[in-house]
Amino acid sequence: MDEVLVECAHMSCAYNSTLAIKNIDLTVRKGDFIGIVGPSGSGKTTLLKAILGSISPVEGHVTKKPQLRMGYVPQVETVDWNFPVTVLEVVVMTRSSTGHLPRVTKDERTDALLVLERLGLGGLENRHIRELSGGQQQRVFVARALFHQPELLVLDEPTSGVDVRTRHEVLHLLADLHDEGVSIILSTHDLNGLAAHLPRLVCLNSEIIADGSPVEVLTPEVLEQTFGAPMGVLIHGGMPVVVDGVGADIAKRMSRLD
Amino acid sequence: MSFVFAGLLTPFRYEFFNNGIIVATIAGALCGLLGVFVVLRGMSYIGHGLSHAVFGGAAASAVMNVNYFVGAGVWGVASGVIIGRIARRRLIGADAAIGVVTTASFALGLALLNRYGQAKKSIEAVLFGSVLGVQTIDIVAVSAVAILSVIVVVALYRAFLFATFDPEVAQVSGVRVAWIEALLMGLLSLTILVTMRVIGTLLISALLVIPASVARMLTNSFARMLWISPVIGAVSAFTGMYLSYFLDTSASATIILTGTLMFIVVYAATGLRGRTRISGLHHI
Repeated sequence: MDEVLVECAHMSCAYNSTLAIKNIDLTVRKGDFIGIVGPSGSGKTTLLKAILGSISPVEGHVTKKPQLRMGYVPQVETVDWNFPVTVLEVVVMTRSSTGHLPRVTKDERTDALLVLERLGLGGLENRHIRELSGGQQQRVFVARALFHQPELLVLDEPTSGVDVRTRHEVLHLLADLHDEGVSIILSTHDLNGLAAHLPRLVCLNSEIIADGSPVEVLTPEVLEQTFGAPMGVLIHGGMPVVVDGVGADIAKRMSRLD
Repeated sequence: MSFVFAGLLTPFRYEFFNNGIIVATIAGALCGLLGVFVVLRGMSYIGHGLSHAVFGGAAASAVMNVNYFVGAGVWGVASGVIIGRIARRRLIGADAAIGVVTTASFALGLALLNRYGQAKKSIEAVLFGSVLGVQTIDIVAVSAVAILSVIVVVALYRAFLFATFDPEVAQVSGVRVAWIEALLMGLLSLTILVTMRVIGTLLISALLVIPASVARMLTNSFARMLWISPVIGAVSAFTGMYLSYFLDTSASATIILTGTLMFIVVYAATGLRGRTRISGLHHI
């Protein structure tokens, strides 16, 4: 059995006495690649923040492997792209507790350039963050998270608001990192573009509805319970493809007109 | 020729002017340094509010014959604590809490000066600042806060940068964001406390915002902003103070107008690039 990195036991979290997530039992092991799926307001970000330790459970507890190194990639929509920082400055930020002075040391620069090169961002270290494409911007924040060599990478909606090409880039990058031994947990509401490609999914709507492989959890029953709307599921090339219930209904009616 | 040159140096013959221009120049640099964080964090309203809150303390200490730095300092800290308590109860937002507490403090200061002070003269001095009242203790105080601020900002540069750019991830990465924010608020309060007697309550927030905004238009680098903004603050304070002698205008108003002129020139000169850079600073 692989080493346990994070274990949530009967965990509930609340904002202003309103429960955001309740009775969560979730174990993240070394080598896991987990997607948390659910509608807006289902508690995906809250669950990630509880794992990161930025909010405390009101019930139950989160246990982490001692000295667990975690890297966090927030939603890119929350980033102030006008902020006066270069790519290199963003990447070395995570060494705030050890590096104090404005000057980037030679070792830090070498390490940062290696991470940037590995993520296909070589030569962009002196660019302002606004001057990058959507995929490059996302990778800069992954680079920042990877800079202190995390054992667990936590990503909040990594493909939210990005185009199809960027989504593919992000998905391939995460798959490569996972192959290199980084454990990953991410939240997404992108069922077909991202979630269906992951080895393990957790369907969340305040509480865990289902936990398993995409084929096991992406079923009409689980999806209706999770998203509160009817959804169909087709199997294409051995992978589940989720079809919006309304869309499927309209398609059926259109085909009758033909 | 030597007559013109001697005329230009006339104001420096007066000790009060020399004291005033030293304090104003250091205050300009200090406000420029901390203004970078104020502008990038969208905190200009806090700077504005803190100066109004400290006014109440300044008035109370004048009326009660208590040392200005002690009275206004304690008052400023008390206002900050009350704002924090009201905001934490979440019945009203932090902006409303700042508005209520600081304007109440300001109004109380005005009422105290009306009732017990040498009303008109005292009020004008605190509202608009006065170079006549600058003493050696002011030079020492503003220099001490400036040195402290430079040491803190340089020593904790990365933590300040991370907590300003991305406080949530900074927290997760081990930066004590609440501590950094408290430190910044403390430095801001001290800055307002030691510069208010020269710049005045009403215009101090402009000195926190203008140099940093000009610096933002000139550079895309946070590190460069941290030296460009103090230089702009110091130059506008020195020039404004100097011009005020010849124009016979309020020193603080002339300082702010000089800064505003620099803003307009840089805004025009940097064109679209400069405007794009400050477009994210919604409160400017």
